[in-house]
Amino acid sequence: MTLFRNVVFVAAIAGLLAGIVMTAMQAYATVPLILQAETFENAEAAPAHDHAEAAPTTDTAAATAPEAAAPAAHDHGEEAWAPADGFERYAYTAAANVVTAIGFALILVAVSEAFGGILSWRQGLFWGFAGFAVFTLAPGLGLPPELPAMPAADLAARQVWWIGTVAATAIGLALIAFRRSAPLAILGLALIVTPHIIGAPQPESHESPIPANLHHQFVVAATVTSLIFWVVLGGLVGLIRGRFMGSETELQRSFA
Amino acid sequence: MTTATHTTGAATSSASRAFQLSLSALLGLFVVGFVGFSHLEVAHNAAHDYRHSMAFPCH
Repeated sequence: MTLFRNVVFVAAIAGLLAGIVMTAMQAYATVPLILQAETFENAEAAPAHDHAEAAPTTDTAAATAPEAAAPAAHDHGEEAWAPADGFERYAYTAAANVVTAIGFALILVAVSEAFGGILSWRQGLFWGFAGFAVFTLAPGLGLPPELPAMPAADLAARQVWWIGTVAATAIGLALIAFRRSAPLAILGLALIVTPHIIGAPQPESHESPIPANLHHQFVVAATVTSLIFWVVLGGLVGLIRGRFMGSETELQRSFA
Repeated sequence: MTTATHTTGAATSSASRAFQLSLSALLGLFVVGFVGFSHLEVAHNAAHDYRHSMAFPCH
């Protein structure tokens, strides 16, 4: 299990650093926009609270609560725990960033090892671009980054489309990059395009309390921060990998 | 004799390579899946800003 251990080491170090970078970028670029959007969400909830497609839990909570308490009750269902605003909330965002960055790094390192490994930081940048294309660009075309209070289709349906699109794009890119054959390249391109022909689940109406320019700003911020995250992650894997894998596999081969 | 051990060694190592790489990838998918996709209300609330920032389907 040396290989597994090495993959985990490389992914942990690269993911930790990239996750910290991502947290810093989000603190400046995306989280302020989310907080701003929440003021619209709460303002909209205050007068009438007919938020039919929000969470069903909130509706029951609002129905049972006294009239005056209804607006306050709106915040994502009262019963469930949520981090307090401020430091605690940032801390959980940071933790989510680091943990998932290590998760993404595990996938990136495992897949790249199967194709020969990321041999330099420059090669890592290209793997980073591929990760961005697979996990942000492709699903983001159909389901652009959303702010709180924006209308959206059924959650499970969107998650299925998201996962399907990511898988199809990853396989499609791999077919194009690693199989030197025209039919397979065409198949790869078809795989990348198909989810967008099927189309992402969309809400019945796109009417939203969020101003369009705030949303546009958020789409740009979320996409660009994610691009930097992936490029940093790929570059770091390329930088670190040699220390853990290069000599190790050579050694293994010489013993075998 | 040396060639025989060499080939069996290479064969097992490539099978175990595939296994170990798959295991790593699955672990990564599980971690990302839980933080990004879990329907648990608590997991959603904790990772709320992260999910929005990474454009995971949310709410």
